[in-house]
Amino acid sequence: MASELRPISDQLRRRRTYRRVLGGIFYGLFLASVCVGIVGLVVLLYEVLSNGLPWMNWQFITDYPSRHPEEAGLFSALMGTMWLMAMTALFTVPVGVGAAIYLEEYAPRNILTRVIEINVANLAGVPSIVYGLLGLALFVTWFQLGRSILAGSMTLSLLVLPIVIISSREAIRAVPDSYRQAAYAMGADQWQVIKQVILPSAAPGILTGTILAMSRAIGEAAPVIAISALVYLTYVPAHPMDRFTVLPIQIYNWIARPQDEFRGLAAAGIIVLLVILLTMNAIAVFLRNRYQVRSEE
Amino acid sequence: MVLEKEHMKNVDAALTAKNLNVYYGDFLAIKDVNMAMKKNSVTALIGPSGCGKSTFLRCLNRMNDLITSASVRGEILFENLNIYSDNIDATEIRSRIGMVFQKPNPFPKSIYQNIAFGLKVNGFSGDTDEAVERSLRQASLWEEVKDRLNDSAFTLSGGQQQRLCIARALAVEPEVLLMDEPASALDPIATLAIEDLVRDLKARYTIIIVTHNMQQAARVSDETAFFMVGENRSGYLVEHDDTQRIFTNPSNVKTEEYITGRFS
Repeated sequence: MASELRPISDQLRRRRTYRRVLGGIFYGLFLASVCVGIVGLVVLLYEVLSNGLPWMNWQFITDYPSRHPEEAGLFSALMGTMWLMAMTALFTVPVGVGAAIYLEEYAPRNILTRVIEINVANLAGVPSIVYGLLGLALFVTWFQLGRSILAGSMTLSLLVLPIVIISSREAIRAVPDSYRQAAYAMGADQWQVIKQVILPSAAPGILTGTILAMSRAIGEAAPVIAISALVYLTYVPAHPMDRFTVLPIQIYNWIARPQDEFRGLAAAGIIVLLVILLTMNAIAVFLRNRYQVRSEE
Repeated sequence: MVLEKEHMKNVDAALTAKNLNVYYGDFLAIKDVNMAMKKNSVTALIGPSGCGKSTFLRCLNRMNDLITSASVRGEILFENLNIYSDNIDATEIRSRIGMVFQKPNPFPKSIYQNIAFGLKVNGFSGDTDEAVERSLRQASLWEEVKDRLNDSAFTLSGGQQQRLCIARALAVEPEVLLMDEPASALDPIATLAIEDLVRDLKARYTIIIVTHNMQQAARVSDETAFFMVGENRSGYLVEHDDTQRIFTNPSNVKTEEYITGRFS
């Protein structure tokens, strides 16, 4: 005998229909939210690729900027970006990881620590131009570093330090407490525990955060404009005290030109910048995934 | 009278707790414990959840120092030295009083590196290969892992991981081994392997083991200490005696009720 569901009241049936419709509406809304992001990215990529690809060639990478669009390249900006990234990493990693270790492993749980923590989080939200002006006043003028790579990378270090500190703290906090306990129980002291247990376990997370912070740094235009101004460089910086330009500034320069051709060059510059950024993010994702697989073994 | 009895045991005691009180902030977690733990024997700490037996265990090698809110009053005597006196270095205490935890917690390193870690942090200058083999043999793990010492410790089963943790603790050559419910996360067969190991190890080490499992306490220990939750949720020591006696003829009615399962 086929069993039959108990008949339900009209009221209950109406409520069920209502709930089902409501669920469907929200599902649609959330899906649409995702699509906005994806569609935006696709349109951007299409625009940039269709404008920029015709200008992409090896010469574009290896040539210096020029008044003639067909001879123009972004070599000096590309090298400036590389210099800036390397030096920013040099300053940011030790200071950022050090601060994270202090906050996670040494700092007493008191009001001062809380204030520091909250302010580190707040600093991550300060507009980048503010850091640019700070760097201009502090490093360029006061420390008399001039409009150099050194001043620029120190400024960008300040900008991305909160990101490195926060992601390093998360990586350190994700190290299971049982590792610490085990190490202490064998007579390790605090520095041995940090050096031999915590840092090796947190390293992939710290590295991931650092890479993401660096990709933020090299995408910034505003603070670098404040430090370096919109210069037109036809040489590659060879020294930390040299003047420099970076890809976002070069792109901005080209977009600001009246001639149409330069817009194509700008799009090609954006492609180069995007390739660098996406590569860095891919490395970060790769490291994170590898680390997750390893820790689940 | 009880104190007198504890005092007599002092003669061959590895560790002695004197008037031990432990606070977490304002909360008195353990109240006034006096107890001597015999050398080269197994002392089991039993009692209901929240009775402070794990807290007590962690006092014995100053692991409670790592909990900021914890404070310890009273004394723990180890070779007639109070390990809580100012001139004592907690790291040295921990290298002489090792610890094995509830859940196996090997480092995300190779089997070999897990053992070598303790040697390295304690500045071991001898033959590491030999020390690794010796520790693994002591933990009855050598035969199972000798061909795969460079594999990740996570490739071992839970029971093997716990024996690795025991080997790791033994590598430092402690005199005392504290075990905090070492078999509670393991299946019955792995549990028996750990228990066999505990019985083997007491020839060379003093072992203090916290367990929730009455049969386990009866099987492995020479002496048993029964803790209870008292007023204001503070834990205290009800009685401490030969295991045989605790399980057959305890002097305290609460012990008898607990042992026979009349309350939990």
